[in-house]
Amino acid sequence: MSLRVAPKAKRKIVARYEYNDDSVVVVVGSGAGGGTLANELCQKGLKVVLLEAGAAQSPATFRNDEWFAFNQLAWLDKRTTSGSWRVARDFPNLPAWTCKTLGGTTVHWAGASLRFQEHEFKTRTVYSNIQGANLLDWPLTLEELQPYYAKAEDKLGVTRTNDIPGLPGNNNFKVMYNGATRAGYKTVHTGRMAINSRARDDRSACWQLGFCFQGCKSGAKWSTLYTEIPKAQESGRLDLRTQSQVLQVQHDKNARVTSVLYADKNGKHIRQEARVVCLACNSIETARLLLNSDSSTFPHGLANSSGEIGKNYMRHTTGSVFGIFKRPVHMYRGTVMAGIIQDEAGLNTKRGFTGGFEMETISLGLPFAAAFLNPGAWGRDYTRLLEQFNNMAGMWIVGEDMPQSRNAVTLHPTEKDQFGLPIPNVHYDDHANDLAMRKYAYQRGSAVYDAVGAVETIEVPPYPSTHNMGTCRMSAHARDGVCNKWGQTHDIKNLFISDGSQFATSGAENPTLTIVTLAIRQADYIASESSHRNI
Amino acid sequence: MKKLKRREFLQKGALVVAGAAAFASGVEVVAGAEQWTEGLKNLNPHQGQTLLAMARHIFPHPELDDSYYIIVVQDLDADARTKADTAKLLSEGVARLDAVKSAKFVTLPPTDQIAVLKQIDRTDFFTKVRSSELVSLYNNHDVWKKLGYPGASYPIGGYLHHGFNDLSWLPDPPESASPKPA
Repeated sequence: MSLRVAPKAKRKIVARYEYNDDSVVVVVGSGAGGGTLANELCQKGLKVVLLEAGAAQSPATFRNDEWFAFNQLAWLDKRTTSGSWRVARDFPNLPAWTCKTLGGTTVHWAGASLRFQEHEFKTRTVYSNIQGANLLDWPLTLEELQPYYAKAEDKLGVTRTNDIPGLPGNNNFKVMYNGATRAGYKTVHTGRMAINSRARDDRSACWQLGFCFQGCKSGAKWSTLYTEIPKAQESGRLDLRTQSQVLQVQHDKNARVTSVLYADKNGKHIRQEARVVCLACNSIETARLLLNSDSSTFPHGLANSSGEIGKNYMRHTTGSVFGIFKRPVHMYRGTVMAGIIQDEAGLNTKRGFTGGFEMETISLGLPFAAAFLNPGAWGRDYTRLLEQFNNMAGMWIVGEDMPQSRNAVTLHPTEKDQFGLPIPNVHYDDHANDLAMRKYAYQRGSAVYDAVGAVETIEVPPYPSTHNMGTCRMSAHARDGVCNKWGQTHDIKNLFISDGSQFATSGAENPTLTIVTLAIRQADYIASESSHRNI
Repeated sequence: MKKLKRREFLQKGALVVAGAAAFASGVEVVAGAEQWTEGLKNLNPHQGQTLLAMARHIFPHPELDDSYYIIVVQDLDADARTKADTAKLLSEGVARLDAVKSAKFVTLPPTDQIAVLKQIDRTDFFTKVRSSELVSLYNNHDVWKKLGYPGASYPIGGYLHHGFNDLSWLPDPPESASPKPA
């Protein structure tokens, strides 16, 4: 087994562009969207300034320690929450568990890489009108995305694609597999994962460390941190600036973006000019940045003539089920999420709800099990469960939630961040469809564990959202959304949305593969439009 | 450089990250001693003992002796030392605990203590203590040993050769579902 944990060092040429160089593409955010986009553009010969709010970590500085890693990697700037979702009660200042670090949330993610299903791109057409749901078809189809999905799977090294074998299943998966098959499920395997089952792309195979969420110390899990970003640097065209948080996107009187204003690590405000600006700050910050970039031309937020920025926020119908058994499982040994039951992902309204859900293995260490298995719980009934930690297996439900106008990221009316800018509030109410799906999914998850003799099953409420989508959604018509099929904002030709904010629906699938796919395709478009002098 | 918020990054209702004490070993408890309270800088001995009793009920583990819960109180004390509003919250909270049944909380029988805590478990005071204890206790490496959680796996090269798939009380999945390791 190779002990090499870091990519082979290649010649990195550090590009440095002038602040007044208006020929550069400025990409804000270095995660699945921004990191991929920056690399793709560099490979096509464009000059890119990549601004990342967080600092640079590495497999060497990651720690197999849940609380330490949370503090090291998570976006912890103050936020508020509202709405009937339980997160607002249990974690009032933590609506989302995403990252502020070079590589963005690709440092934290677990690697699940699934393509959307065809109907999930056209829910307004396919689903019957669902009261209160602001359904909208994407302005593109699965067929148009397929070639880009294929490129993304190759880029990420997704198992069960590109002749890459599936990962070996751990104990947690053994319990899922046996329970699922006895409960009648047919499509159960170790998943399509962006984690090397063999050495590939100068990165080692998986060591089954079990701390996927805390930054992969073996480099087996794909992250832009040690793939896209170094490759962009090798091109000689990437000017990477970490600890640089963008405060405002600026435009001229012709409604073209001209520059971004950012705070460097010393808090100094710097204005970087740009030919094109691409926002990939994850769905809360991308929306917030646009809202905070309002002007006399755009009084409701930059590129917000539709009024849709921030709205239609989706976080998937999630929740977890943990089973407690008479004998040990040690679920934390090995991959956190290499296991899936796909039978429930399709559309089947006979179940009493619209849309589908995936059931994926998940594990937590003891510190996070105590924090999340039942937020707020205390007393002997709870500690009795925690003492059976080694006999637990767990799964996570990822289901399509309904876009609603009122589920939205808005600017807090009074509270400001360390830069004097309004902080975001995230409002979310479960739709009746979400509630019905979750209830059903909990029952099915429990049935899986009951089928292999669980003495007890625990229904765990949704965590602070790790999937955040929809706040700058794509639309065919400018009135319904913020950007077009290329992620180009309807209002401003040289302003792009490059992260999961683009999603018009959440689908039943983890979002990262689709975000990467859209970024590869967006890079084609930006390069082409640039060379034709259209932007 | 982003400042690590070691103590608290969330307000009421949520999560607190403890400091160095989270990694400390159990405190040596001298037989019959309330001596440990002498080390407290902000809380007085009565407050220290009350919070100890409270902490034992919040996340009770019969196999953990007082020393693990004393660390919880020490962490709260350190927090109170740096934040005036925390000090006030804890001091008023203890006074409130003593007022519920018009008798000092520490003198009540355990079932009564639990009943008192149930009455106040939605208060900012209870939430503060619970969320602080959540980390002080469950991030303590000695508590991990007691409860059977091994912590980091990187030092042993991960679980690939250390039992990641050693579960034997269920059949192995077929290779189509779960291929062999490389």
